[in-house]
Amino acid sequence: MPEPGSNRTPETGAFFQRDRQWHPPAFTPGYKSSVLRSPQKALVAFDNTLSELTGPVFGHAMLGELDNDLIHNFAKPGESAIGERIIVHGRVLDERGRGVPGVLLEFWQANSGGRYRHKKDGYLAPLDPNFGGCGRTITAEDGGYAFRTVRPGPYPWPNGPNDWRPAHIHFSLFGHGFAQRLITQMYFEGDPLIWRCPIVGGISNRAAIEALIAALDMQSTIPMDALAYKFDIVLRGRRSTLFENRPEGN
Amino acid sequence: MAQSLDRLKESPSQTAGPYVHIGLTPNFCDIGGVYESDLGSTMVNDQTKGERIELRVRVLDGTGTPLKDALIEIWQADAAGLYNSPAELRGTADPSFLGWGRQPTDMETGICLFRTIKPGRVPFRDRRLMAPHITLWIVARGINIGLNTRLYFSDEEKANAEDPILARIEHRARVPTLIAERQGDAYVFDVHLQGEKETVFFDS
Repeated sequence: MPEPGSNRTPETGAFFQRDRQWHPPAFTPGYKSSVLRSPQKALVAFDNTLSELTGPVFGHAMLGELDNDLIHNFAKPGESAIGERIIVHGRVLDERGRGVPGVLLEFWQANSGGRYRHKKDGYLAPLDPNFGGCGRTITAEDGGYAFRTVRPGPYPWPNGPNDWRPAHIHFSLFGHGFAQRLITQMYFEGDPLIWRCPIVGGISNRAAIEALIAALDMQSTIPMDALAYKFDIVLRGRRSTLFENRPEGN
Repeated sequence: MAQSLDRLKESPSQTAGPYVHIGLTPNFCDIGGVYESDLGSTMVNDQTKGERIELRVRVLDGTGTPLKDALIEIWQADAAGLYNSPAELRGTADPSFLGWGRQPTDMETGICLFRTIKPGRVPFRDRRLMAPHITLWIVARGINIGLNTRLYFSDEEKANAEDPILARIEHRARVPTLIAERQGDAYVFDVHLQGEKETVFFDS
């Protein structure tokens, strides 16, 4: 049911069909881990039911004060993470171009040396004792969001003999319907490693890759403090329910 | 040239990678003190209505090896078949049950454990009732775009037989890939990413 006091009509239309040619396919042999983890049979398609149209609501009340500040949310009092200080901001939109409020955004990344705080990461670059690498926020009424972090470093990974990931931040997005669930990665304008990355290369359309590259945004920098990158993210749009056939009695 | 439709394209998916825990279950991977607890780790409390069940899910690759770095989210109706969502217009769901859970696969066994309740039946688009089911979303290193599937219950044979989504599966031999086996209080569900027993994945 709609939240009490809300004057927003809940949207219940089915989501636009996913363009599977735009997304990377499951099987991208240049990214070796996909070879044994990619379904080989055709997906079974059906129009959204309530199970896909609905989704939980995450309220701003769950957020802690430092959740969107990766420079400080793992740091000892009075200290901060090492690296190039940046602000990442933008809007979450749907395919109709409308801002999507209330989206839970979770992000994670390596530290400025390219090392993750994870026991499976054995890269020789050091951990930063003041950097955990996770953060989260919830989009505002206009779909806007912002967080502060350090720019992650690129790093080598075991795929080809000498493959390097471009600097990137992982994003998880939770929109209004479970069918909108999305995980993606943000890359940085001008990074030459983007075009050499086998994971990025799973996307065949150049415009689709460019949609994942955040632009340096000098108008949003804080002078003598932090650079800024603007990154808009698009979730599946909803079909209008106008003129839709309904079962009798509805 | 016709007018532009002015539509945007959905942002392309990218793999969650091997370190998805840092972002989605940081306490599980020893990043303590940032969030009080991992979101979605507890689904049920004393007030929640419905039959307590346990789901033991594994995700197996093309060699039959369980993934130890996957993350699964589930979404389900409450015991009365209502979703705890603003888009649920048929009534108000159990306030003590969000219906959403998130768990990483165990780093040793590959088992993903959910303690939840058995969902009620939810109507299909034409109001026929679907069988009780739980929607799964699976991400991991090597998975380029999250996989969507459903878990149905082995002790719901009659409801399963009239479920409109299961009915849509052309190759009937594949239907059992979506049915979790009851073992005591638990349901066991193996998701096969490839091979003869490849699980049915959905595009919806």
